[in-house]
Order: sequence, then C-alpha cells, then structure tokens
Amino acid sequence: MPAKLILSMDGAVIKEYPLTKERMTIGRKPHNDIIIDNLAVSSEHAAVITILNDSFFEDLGSTNGSVVNGVPTQKHFLQSNDVIEIGKYKLKYLNDQPTQTTAADFEKTMVLRAPPKPAAKADDQLSHTQTNAAPLAPKPDTAQFNTTAPKPEVKPAASAAPSAQQPAAVIQILNGPNLGRELELSKNLTTLGKPGVQVAVLARRPHGYFITHVEGGSFPLVNGSSVGEQPHQLNDHDIIELAGVKMEFFFKT
Amino acid sequence: MNVKDALEIVSQTHSGMVRSHNEDSVACDAEHGLVVLADGMGGYNAGEVASGIAVSVMSSEIRHMLEHGSPADKDQASGDEIGVAALRDNVKKANLSIFNAAQSQPQYAGMGTTIVSGLFYDNRVAVAHVGDSRMYRLRGDTFEPITRDHSLLQEQIDSGVISKELAKLSKNKNLVTRAVGIEADVVPEVHVYDTQVGDIYLFCSDGLNDMVEDEDIGATLQMLQNNLALAAKQLIEQANDNGGRDNVSVILIKVRDSYALSRGWWGKLKSWFKN
Repeated sequence: MPAKLILSMDGAVIKEYPLTKERMTIGRKPHNDIIIDNLAVSSEHAAVITILNDSFFEDLGSTNGSVVNGVPTQKHFLQSNDVIEIGKYKLKYLNDQPTQTTAADFEKTMVLRAPPKPAAKADDQLSHTQTNAAPLAPKPDTAQFNTTAPKPEVKPAASAAPSAQQPAAVIQILNGPNLGRELELSKNLTTLGKPGVQVAVLARRPHGYFITHVEGGSFPLVNGSSVGEQPHQLNDHDIIELAGVKMEFFFKT
Repeated sequence: MNVKDALEIVSQTHSGMVRSHNEDSVACDAEHGLVVLADGMGGYNAGEVASGIAVSVMSSEIRHMLEHGSPADKDQASGDEIGVAALRDNVKKANLSIFNAAQSQPQYAGMGTTIVSGLFYDNRVAVAHVGDSRMYRLRGDTFEPITRDHSLLQEQIDSGVISKELAKLSKNKNLVTRAVGIEADVVPEVHVYDTQVGDIYLFCSDGLNDMVEDEDIGATLQMLQNNLALAAKQLIEQANDNGGRDNVSVILIKVRDSYALSRGWWGKLKSWFKN
C-alpha cells in the first residue's frame, strides 16, 4: 500500500490521494496533483516528495503558509497521522508501512541496484535543512569508591527511567569512607571497582540484573562466594564484595 | 613488534532472537592482522553461502598475497600498497565468485553480501567496505563510525535531505546501494588510517547498530575495554535484549602495542633473526 493523503474540511472527507508519484503538488491551479480551489490556497502552494517509503512535505513559498501538526512549517519529514493544514483544509498523511525498527517483521536487507535518483532530486527541493550534530560518546559510569560515588540525594533525571521490564535497583556501600552512599543503576551497564585492581560490570537486562567480572586478579564475591567468570544474577539484598568494598544490591520500592 | 602480538582480536556472532539461521560470516587472522565480516542476503540459505564465499575468498587470498610480499610494499599492477591492493582486488574476486555462483545455480539467484574488512600493518589499518556493515573506532573518549554506509539513508543524510536524528524514523532502512555479488563488478571503498596504541576497532553487521544506539555501543567499549571478550558478549546481549531482529556479529581489535614494520637492512636482519 502506498502512503496517502486524505483531504478533508470541517471533518468531512473530500478525497483520498495515494502518493504514487515522486513529487505531488498541492495548489489552487488545475495543473496540480491535489487541487484545492479556494482563494486562501496559492496557485502552487506545496509539494510532497516521496522516496520509496518516506515522504517529505514542503511549502512552496505560499502566501498564507502551511501548518503541520499545529506548527507553521516550511519543510517536514512526514510521519503517519501527521496533519497538514492549508487554509481551512486538512490533509492527513497515512503510511501503514511498518517502521522497520519497531515492527516485529523486520525487513531483510535489500539491494537498491540503480543509483537512487530520487535522493538526488529531492536534494534540490529540500536542500540542507538540517545539521548533523554528531553525538559525543559519553563518559562511562565508572564509580570509583574513593572519590566519585554520587551522593544519595542526587537522583538521576526522570528520563533515565529504567527499562519498563525492570524495577529500579540501587547499590549501597556498606563500609569504608563512602559508607552509606548509593548508586542508582540507571544505565544498561555500570562498572564498579578500581581500574587496574578489580572491576566488575553490572548489566541491567530484561530479566534481571547481572554482575560479571571484568578485570583484576580475583573475582567479585556475592554473599561470600566467588562468582567466577560467568555472569551472576543478583537478587534483592545480595551483598557484593569487590576490591575490599562491601555493598548491598536492592530493588527500589 | 609483529602484528600478531601487538593486536588483541576477539569475535562473536549470533543469529539473534528472530532469524532461524545466521547469514553473517566472520574471520580473523591474527597472524596477518586481517579481519573480515560479511552480512549475506538472499533466500533460503543463499545469504550464508554468499557471506561464506566472501569471507573465505578474502582470508585465503589475502593470506596468500602476503606470503609473497610485505603489505607496505608497492603493488606492481596498481601502484598502491600491497595491503590496499589485496583488500580491493579480493573484494572484487569474491564479488565475481558469488556472482558466478548465483548465475549458475538457480537457488542462489540474487544472493549477495555486504563486507567490511580490515588489514592492520605498519601502525595503520586499511579498511575496505561495501554496503552497510561498519567499522567504528574508540580512541580516548571518542567513539565514532569510520566507514560510511553505502545505503540510501546515508546518501540522504549526506545530501542533507534528512538529518541523522530523523533518519531513525525513516522507513527506508536496510536499502543498500552497493553489495558484493549482485553485479559482475563492484567498487569497494578502501581507506587507510593511522592507528594509535590503545585504539579499539569494532567491525559489526547492521544487526548491532540497528538495535543498539552508537552511544551505548561506545559506552560499553569504554567500560569493558580491558576485557574485550566480555565487551563483545555484552554488545551482542544488548542487541538481543533490544529485540535481536537480525543476525549480529562483532569483531573487536585492540591495539596493545606499536606494530611498525622494520625499515632498512638492520631492521630486516633483526626481524630475520627473530624468526
């Protein structure tokens, strides 16, 4: 099914337009693909450019402008259910192609044999609208007991909520100068220990939290026994010993 | 120091949580500092056949070439270094083998593979790739992709049609613009980069970078850089925990020491005595 635009006014559907052409124009004049005969609409008001399964909306410098999802818009990468408003008219964009990163039926890799002309052509229309800010690799969360264990009152931002399947868990230090400090396990991986001496990693996975030895001459102890080289699943109130520091693992209630 | 002792190499591959079989192939040759990773495509088991041919042609032919010359010497035919020529010529050779097999066997029609291959020599790495399998580098705090995918989406990002952030919403993923074995000839992209002691290189199939964000991959490598085998395992686990919708393969290479080639007669003599 190709993606489509549904034209409506005051909630009444006027017509459906499948996006079968690479470039569909919207305007008042009869040569447009989608004709809206209304004085509020410019003769060539806007265009929708479709590249395989993706569509892009572009206002062609119309007098009264275009609004997408309530925001005045020049250019926009359309997502299913977006609503374009031109004057009193609404165009709803529907694309029922599964997004491959979310749908279960992940499409297999395919080869595009011809050089992809649409991409080059679309470039003329939608040139350099975005900058590519490269994300910087974050510093890992290595908690060194002697210096940087976070203070208990510092809560991670709400956005760092743990994955839905897992309740939040915390490590609390039970001895030494950082006695009482807590470390919330807010990332998928958290390393514990002293680099060069003994390090273990705590992994948050859909079915639980696991501790695994990373480096150092001895293995971490859980409830007094060595975990060896294999990942070891942690239970509520387990006691971990690592590089001479004792700590308790528990789920936050 | 020779390349075998200077590099630490681990690899791991997994069919993921959804696919019944693994169409990825990997090979590591520590002796010659060579790694190859291929992500095959095609019906039935043709994807495995294509990636398998690519990996075996690359590893056996390059090994053979390096027995007759140092990778830093000039190749007579092309004027490039033998290391670069070996990668380029053998991707083409693998391409032809897969293409011919696909032409002659109806069950293999249309099979192909992506490839990314690295040859480490003389404190450098030469990288050849076709398609959307990648090489990343962790150097200090910076983790970044070094290869650029041959894919529709990457072309759109490059031409400014779509931003990197919006690209995650695209429905045009998995469309590669170049692949090995689809046509009679292929042009691999080959570049040479200087390496530094402490660098970690990651070669992976898209089953990793489609399922795990670059920053999570980078953070994992940085945290677990002293235990490469565990790092590889954690990366595959994260891809699978996030859904594991594709086969996932990783090769990790850590540069532990300098591996400059011996220069001049004295160096050659010394290395001759060492052997």
